Amino acid sequence: MQQIPILKIGRFLLVSIQIDLQDQTVVALQEDLADSIVKTGARGVIIDISAVDIVDSYIGRMFSTIAAMSRLMDAETVVVGMRPAVAITLVELGLSLDGVRTALDLEQGMRLLESSLGDR
Amino acid sequence: MSHLLRSRRDAVLGRWVELVTEGTRGRMTEGEVRSELTELYGLVEGALTDPGGTTAGELRAALADISRSRARQGFSPTETAVAVFALKRAVHENLDGTGGDAAYADFIDFSAYIDELGLATFETYANAREQVIADQAEQLLELSTPVVKLWDGILGVPLVGTLDSARTQVVMETMLQLLADTGSRYAVIDITGVPAVDTEVAQHLLKTVMAARLMGAECVISGIRPQIAHTIAALGIEFGDIVTKSSLADALAYAMRGSGLRVLSGTDA
Repeated sequence: MQQIPILKIGRFLLVSIQIDLQDQTVVALQEDLADSIVKTGARGVIIDISAVDIVDSYIGRMFSTIAAMSRLMDAETVVVGMRPAVAITLVELGLSLDGVRTALDLEQGMRLLESSLGDR
Repeated sequence: MSHLLRSRRDAVLGRWVELVTEGTRGRMTEGEVRSELTELYGLVEGALTDPGGTTAGELRAALADISRSRARQGFSPTETAVAVFALKRAVHENLDGTGGDAAYADFIDFSAYIDELGLATFETYANAREQVIADQAEQLLELSTPVVKLWDGILGVPLVGTLDSARTQVVMETMLQLLADTGSRYAVIDITGVPAVDTEVAQHLLKTVMAARLMGAECVISGIRPQIAHTIAALGIEFGDIVTKSSLADALAYAMRGSGLRVLSGTDA
């Protein structure tokens, strides 16, 4: 099973998904991420999915789950770089990703997190 | 019959050209008609002499070409088919009546063959017209869904005409792709040119807005005219927390404010 790397950038964690997601990978990612947030005391999580071109409802729900989980540990989640085709698929599946913030690219995602954290 | 076509070639062909030229009502010159029909005449003659040969296939191909070009030039179906049927009349007028029953039977056979060719022409004509319609529909779809850049980070999508599923799909894809390509944070969908908004159209708009939101961009819908606002309210369509503005200018102002831009008049600066 492939592992998805979790990188720390300043106060944030960056998860860049470069592979086709399997259900097992997703479960492992959620556990790893929860551990990392606690270990690093990160205030935000950025999930970069610009390389993902296939999603299903399970993966769609993963974003909401990660967001809910991170919020409990006082970290905000931003999903960045979603491709148009993926966005259309998620809408057609009826998933609105409640509680997840989105940005067009990594840079805007970082800015969004910075501004929402303010100087807390 | 092929003997007659050969021996009275000039008379039959001349009469045929005359009849067809009359039928085109001046849209084709006699010269054009003559060159087209001379080729056909040769092929018909060949096909009658040797029904199983390659000439029969060539004849059909030539007829198909002619009816396709007629369809594109805007000739009516009758005008196209008459070109073939006129040959019967031209031949009939040139029968000298000496052949008796045999010639009569021969002419009936010939007539049936021409009818068959006429029907084939008709079919090609219909297919060609359908192709024209399909092409036009596609062009219309491309024409009617532009996405323009209004400002740095602000895209405009002026929608004109009726929205259906196919069009919304194209609009949605083009807009989302451009949002991703340009990194724009705002998209203004202007529906001033949309004549009517029903639950289906609203549903399409909502989906587009949701998809844009998932990508991290915000959509503003503008150009909602009073009657449309009335319809939307009467139908009980919920636009939820989607920002709607009455004019494109308001929407642009909103998007600029959101991007942290401020418009100053010359005297303020």
